[in-house]
Amino acid sequence: MTPADFAFYLFAIAVIVAGLFTVIARNPVHSVLWLILAFLSAAGLFVLLGAEFVAMLLIIVYVGAVAVLFLFVVMMLDVDFAELKAEMSKYMPLALLIGIVILMQLGLAFGVWQVSPIAEGNLAARPVDFSNAANTNLLGQLIYDRYILLFQLAGLILLVAMIGAIVLTLRHRPDVKRQNIVSQIMRDPAKAMELKDVKPGQGL
Amino acid sequence: MSSADFTTLSPEILMAVYVMVGLLLAVYTAKDRIAPMLVWATSAFFVLIAVWIGFSGSGDAEAFGGMFHDDAFSRFAKVTVLLSAASILLMSQSYMERRGLLRFEYPLLVTLSVIGMMVMVSAGDLMSLYMGLELQSLALYVIASLRRDSAKSTEAGLKYFVLGALSSGLLLYGASLTYGFAGTTLFSGIIAAAGEGTASLGLLFGLVFIAAGLAFKVSAAPFHMWTPDVYEGAPTPVTAFFATAPKVAAMALLARVVHDAFGGVAGDWRQVIAALSVASMFLGAIAAIGQTNIKRLMAYSSINHMGFALMGLASGTAFGVQAMLVYMAIYVVMNIGTFAFILTMERDGVPVLRVDALNNYAKREPTKALAMLVLMFSMAGVPPLVGFFGKFYVLTAAVEADMAWLAVLGVIASAIAAYYYLRIVYYMYFGEETEALNGGKSPVLWGFIVASAVIMVIGVVNLFGIEGAAALAAETLVN
Repeated sequence: MTPADFAFYLFAIAVIVAGLFTVIARNPVHSVLWLILAFLSAAGLFVLLGAEFVAMLLIIVYVGAVAVLFLFVVMMLDVDFAELKAEMSKYMPLALLIGIVILMQLGLAFGVWQVSPIAEGNLAARPVDFSNAANTNLLGQLIYDRYILLFQLAGLILLVAMIGAIVLTLRHRPDVKRQNIVSQIMRDPAKAMELKDVKPGQGL
Repeated sequence: MSSADFTTLSPEILMAVYVMVGLLLAVYTAKDRIAPMLVWATSAFFVLIAVWIGFSGSGDAEAFGGMFHDDAFSRFAKVTVLLSAASILLMSQSYMERRGLLRFEYPLLVTLSVIGMMVMVSAGDLMSLYMGLELQSLALYVIASLRRDSAKSTEAGLKYFVLGALSSGLLLYGASLTYGFAGTTLFSGIIAAAGEGTASLGLLFGLVFIAAGLAFKVSAAPFHMWTPDVYEGAPTPVTAFFATAPKVAAMALLARVVHDAFGGVAGDWRQVIAALSVASMFLGAIAAIGQTNIKRLMAYSSINHMGFALMGLASGTAFGVQAMLVYMAIYVVMNIGTFAFILTMERDGVPVLRVDALNNYAKREPTKALAMLVLMFSMAGVPPLVGFFGKFYVLTAAVEADMAWLAVLGVIASAIAAYYYLRIVYYMYFGEETEALNGGKSPVLWGFIVASAVIMVIGVVNLFGIEGAAALAAETLVN
């Protein structure tokens, strides 16, 4: 077993165990922490595949931003996770049964799995050669040239997500007082205050 | 990537630019106050694009290394999708405006989802298929929960989203298995790797997962359970949209995947599609009987109709695809008319969706009742209306492909389904005296109801020539 093999099994087992604990951990904060471990191990797997740029992205974006965001949401939202879990455990036997059946079927399929005879050729005819240039460079060539259509469609999907979030949550409330900067600046002393000549001993 | 690729894609690019311009325009000017104008503009824009696609394109063009196909099949589906979306937008304007639902984002989200549908029907690669599907679905999830103060509408959006995500998961799993088998995601590569005859086990798993994912999108039984709730909860014009354009797009996508990518192993997927077809026809026919809400009834009716359209696909021939396309076009016209009628069902400005509210409708609104009678008879497949020819087409396709048993089951399901269509007619003409529906004086809706009923009658002459276009489309798909 080479060190690379050892590292692969280490990371693979870590991903699976962390994924399992993400689901079954009692405390939701622990779930998020397990999720971070899963992301880190997956990043390790990417490094082993030679995809170091994707590994970095996974750590920066998922661990750095998404997981921390999850953590905030979990801490801030007042969701009774224990109740959700109790609800879920009612269906657990049936879900487990179905899961095991599907797992066994997939296992059977894996046992007699065949790859198409021309699949090797298809894979070898890749548009760019990943062996002799930096990851970032090659990804750029693929994303902005060959897969430009998919890249732009992904952009449209994100636009839909943004519009959707605004449509579903933004409320214009007419009764709220807002700061009007222009009117504040245009205010002059004549309008802002009134001078009264108070006679001594009389008051207003 | 070359400029020719972008030329092939120009309708979609133009629509995406339209969305962004519309968005900026509305945000920086009057916001929701220009929404009615935007609805009309979007609708006119759809019609223009449909005319452009329908008359300009000819032959087959591939773009982006085979990821995007522009051929007679995709053009037929795109024109159907665009015209039905345009009609639904026009129908929805006054209804949404009176209920304060007409935000300027609504026509733009519809446009974005139509772009997704156009990519779906043109997809030549599992990746572009998925991107189109997600673009379409994501916009639909949002407009399903547009009435955000109503728990039902929110529930509809959430339910649609969760089950849609599940179906996307199934689809992606199938796509990854297929990729693992074939070593490529291009349809042309998959069909070459699959070979002729029966699929090997790995490919079969991929095929079944992809078919299950797409069956969710066309709401074929047993993947239909979201349909009645989503149809009931979403605002009625949105329901009308769900019942038309996305169904056409998803059905066309299914046809493209099974023929373009899995055409060599037709024996394997034909039985899957036939099973989906039988289950949908019977579930749609039987479960609709007990429904009292007309939107839920239409949901089951659409499941039933999808079963018939799948029957055309199950025959696996070019004629079957032609029958499927003709059936979908007829289904869309019938549904536009019926939903225009449902949009007029209100009492003192409040929508009334109970079927028995239609009691004695014929006495007060004879024209609309007659038009609805024609539409219901056409839905049930009563000759000599156009709906009958749609059913006749798919049944012929099934018989010619030696699937007479499927055709027989289809006729039985159709007879069961006729019950609830005729029940609506019964209520309208012979129902007891109840509180009258009053409202729905919109000339636009009236026009759509009458126009689609007239099409159901005079379309029997030559089906407006869509047979030829559908035959050409089917020919390019099944070669």
